[in-house]
Amino acid sequence: MPLTIGVPRETYTGEKRVATVPEVVEKLIKLGFAVSVEAGAGDAANCADDTYRAAGAEICTDAASLWAKADIVFKVRPPSLAEVALMKQGGALVGFVWPAQNLELMQALAARQATVLAIDCLPRMLSRAQKMDALTSMAGISGYRAVIEAANAFGRFFAGQITAAGKVPPAKVFIAGAGVAGLAAIGTAAGLGAIVRANDTRAEVADQVKSMGGEFVKVDYEEEGSGGGGYAKVMSEGFQAAQRAMYATQAREVDIIITTALIPGKPAPRLISAEMVKTMKPGSVIVDMAAEQGGNCELTEPGQAVVKHGVTIIGYTDLPSRLAKQSSTLYATNLLRLTEELCKAKDGNIDVNMEDDAIRGLTVIKNGEVTWPAPAPKLPAAPAPKPATAAVEKKPSGHGHGAGAPMAASSLAIIFGIGAALFWLVGAYAPASFLSHFTVFVLACFVGYMVIWNVTPSLHTPLMSVTNAISSIICIGALIQIAPPEMGGARPDGLIRWLAVVGIALTAINMFGGFAVTRRMLAMFRK
Amino acid sequence: MSASLATVSYLGAIILFILSLGGLSNPETARRGNLYGIAGMTIAVLATVFGPRVTLAGIPWIVGAMLVGASIGLLAAKKVQMTQMPELVALMHSLVGLAACLVGFASYVDSSVAFSGAEKVIHEIEIYVGIYIGAVTFSGSIVAFGKLSGKIGGKPMLLPGRHAINLVGALVVIYYGYAFLQAPSVEAGMPALIVMTAIGLLFGIHMVMAIGGADMPVVVSMLNSYSGWAAAATGFMLSNDLLIVVGALVGSSGAILSYIMCRAMNRNFISVIAGGFGTGDGAKAGAGGQAPQGEVTAISAVETAELLREAKNVVIVPGYGMAVAQAQHTVYEITKLLREKGVNVRFGIHPVAGRMPGHMNVLLAEAKVPYDIVLEMDEINDDFPDTDVSMVIGANDIVNPSAEDDPASPIAGMPVLQVWKAKTSIVMKRSMASGYAGVDNPLFYKDNNRMLFGDAKKMLDEVLAALKG
Repeated sequence: MPLTIGVPRETYTGEKRVATVPEVVEKLIKLGFAVSVEAGAGDAANCADDTYRAAGAEICTDAASLWAKADIVFKVRPPSLAEVALMKQGGALVGFVWPAQNLELMQALAARQATVLAIDCLPRMLSRAQKMDALTSMAGISGYRAVIEAANAFGRFFAGQITAAGKVPPAKVFIAGAGVAGLAAIGTAAGLGAIVRANDTRAEVADQVKSMGGEFVKVDYEEEGSGGGGYAKVMSEGFQAAQRAMYATQAREVDIIITTALIPGKPAPRLISAEMVKTMKPGSVIVDMAAEQGGNCELTEPGQAVVKHGVTIIGYTDLPSRLAKQSSTLYATNLLRLTEELCKAKDGNIDVNMEDDAIRGLTVIKNGEVTWPAPAPKLPAAPAPKPATAAVEKKPSGHGHGAGAPMAASSLAIIFGIGAALFWLVGAYAPASFLSHFTVFVLACFVGYMVIWNVTPSLHTPLMSVTNAISSIICIGALIQIAPPEMGGARPDGLIRWLAVVGIALTAINMFGGFAVTRRMLAMFRK
Repeated sequence: MSASLATVSYLGAIILFILSLGGLSNPETARRGNLYGIAGMTIAVLATVFGPRVTLAGIPWIVGAMLVGASIGLLAAKKVQMTQMPELVALMHSLVGLAACLVGFASYVDSSVAFSGAEKVIHEIEIYVGIYIGAVTFSGSIVAFGKLSGKIGGKPMLLPGRHAINLVGALVVIYYGYAFLQAPSVEAGMPALIVMTAIGLLFGIHMVMAIGGADMPVVVSMLNSYSGWAAAATGFMLSNDLLIVVGALVGSSGAILSYIMCRAMNRNFISVIAGGFGTGDGAKAGAGGQAPQGEVTAISAVETAELLREAKNVVIVPGYGMAVAQAQHTVYEITKLLREKGVNVRFGIHPVAGRMPGHMNVLLAEAKVPYDIVLEMDEINDDFPDTDVSMVIGANDIVNPSAEDDPASPIAGMPVLQVWKAKTSIVMKRSMASGYAGVDNPLFYKDNNRMLFGDAKKMLDEVLAALKG
């Protein structure tokens, strides 16, 4: 019996997102599920009821009938207690839950014998889980929107221009915190033409900042700020002082500050004091993306845009919702990927496999039993950098011209010793005529060695076929045997002649065939 | 033509041969290099035929034999498919080996050239060694040809106690060598020579049979080297400097190629010759190593086309599978289409991709891929992090990350193309079977890897159709 996925309208004030979009509905139905959508659920995200219907979903006129019908509910915001009351006994819920902040909600859900998958509890270090990471996709949207909000409130161009009406300097944007949201903001602001600087307590993100088109501003203090799991940690007092000095300098110089600094489970760090705001140029903008957690700026008012000391301070907490169509689409895809993981059989049933690290982390309540918080996944938190570099060092220079490292002195001495002994043997016993040939042979080996190292690897096959053709020079041997001038002696002429004739024929195959095929190959090499 | 004139002609031929090999340093000069080689050969043959060592009576025989050989050779060169180059080269090596044997026997029975004392001993050692190398080259190349053309299975055939067999063979050869030198007359020495030739032939067969398919590039270049040494030995036998020089050139060329191939696989030359890759030690190490975990993600041809279309940088890594499927022309069509759309498509070639050195380059050249976008492993490996899509066509071991990560892997330390560093890698493969080395490939289980299952040619045709549509 396939399960029904229900998508109610979000009830939180001002929330425009919806937990699934028509394109994703089609794919959910392919997985075997039935989909019901509450009437008007997608209106604010430009997804009309008709488009859902066209994709195969059923439209329920009111929330109560939808909740009653749905075996699995997809939501964006955590449900209200009133909504939980509508929920089917033993049903499933997928969405943002924030269990740490919503203990009462957790109890209510547990009382309903529900199974709850909190998308915010996804173990983010699992690379396999990235496709389901809604926090990341929402953060990226927020970063983009933060720049757009700043541009809206800012009275000038972002890009520098020289116009007939005069020169316009580029806007300077400072971004505090280079997580997903910060990096998206850097990219967006740089794309608009601003000069972008960014800072993060984790020094390893400097390259990422540069790759997005920003300039990394270092705090003049040595301390590693990576708190594990890709998040930042609380820094020492000395560091914070140096950091404040840096922020104060930046505040005087830049036009726009976007702050994204968050530390998990703690109030947002206060980075921008009232004093710093006062030193900013009039008309400057601060977008405080940490407003919900108390704000990175002292003067932020969560959910509001206010003007203080001539500076617009934007503390919106609904940035993703302000880009409802985009964030709904990405969120719906994240949930689709999660559903695929839950329903590997594609039969419209879900299997909450607690052995799977990703699913285990997500599952905060299973059949009414609270399973949150999940134990730490047994994965290495960070790829050990040491062995990696060692492996690179050990790697031989692969394929290049000339030998790699010089040989050890001892083995070189042995080789020279053996060589000297062999030469001595040859010199002591061999007749003079042999020695002249031997000289030629040894020198030719060296010439060959020098010449061949210059051959480009792409021509190794032609090299083999041409050396093959050249080695048919052995033909000379057969030629001089076939009919030499009379020297006397009992020479078995007939036998030798036949051996030589066969030899000539064989080498001629090689000679002509080898050169011809080399020619054919080389003619194909072109620019 | 006087003897001095012939010698000077030989000298000219030697210089032309060296220039010929030197010309191969660059595709631009390579064509001229081949012409130098032809010129050198022509001068050498004419100088010999009209020189003091050949009388008029021999001319008809020579012309007849040459005509027969030339027509067979030219026909083969015209008919051969570029994917069959390794087979052709192996077959030609066997001809050189056989010719060296024949010349050696003829030289031995030729009593008109009489030596005495140390010169006689050296001459006979030269004959003995020359025939031995020729015999090994001949039979080894024939087996290599069989393996490359699929007439003999690619798996290494390992006789029990094979090292002991080889050792006994070597001792017998040395013993008969002693008997051969003591023989008072040609008739008395002949049995020893024949026994030695038989052992040489068996040794060549045994040696190549024991080598696995993945090591074929080493074998082909090694046999190339042997054919050179056979020519050099013949040169000593006949006191001919031209043969000695050319033999030394070819011999060192093959030796260097073998060395390059061994290094590209991070293998010791001796262990390749000793044979048996992917068995014995390999299996033990494989069990100790980590089995790759996770699941593979399949992709369709249409999705592949989408990925390629949206990419800025694409690197294609071809392997033997592309040659087998004859897919190089479709690869070029795709490359052309993508380049017209402004996608930067390049090729990354591993030194041991395919069955002989430079095999992939020749195939791509045949399909008209410009050689300046075909890069060596070292040139392209650093570019993978900036690559959007890396596409692996019918290759496995040369893109196996465990060569770098897993010290217990049988291929640990072998330099590989780091395709997994690209944003997405697509591996085209028939099935999930492991490569020639018999090692599982963790690349397939990586998150950014997609598998495109099916025959390379068929799937690429579908990708091409999707790109056009």
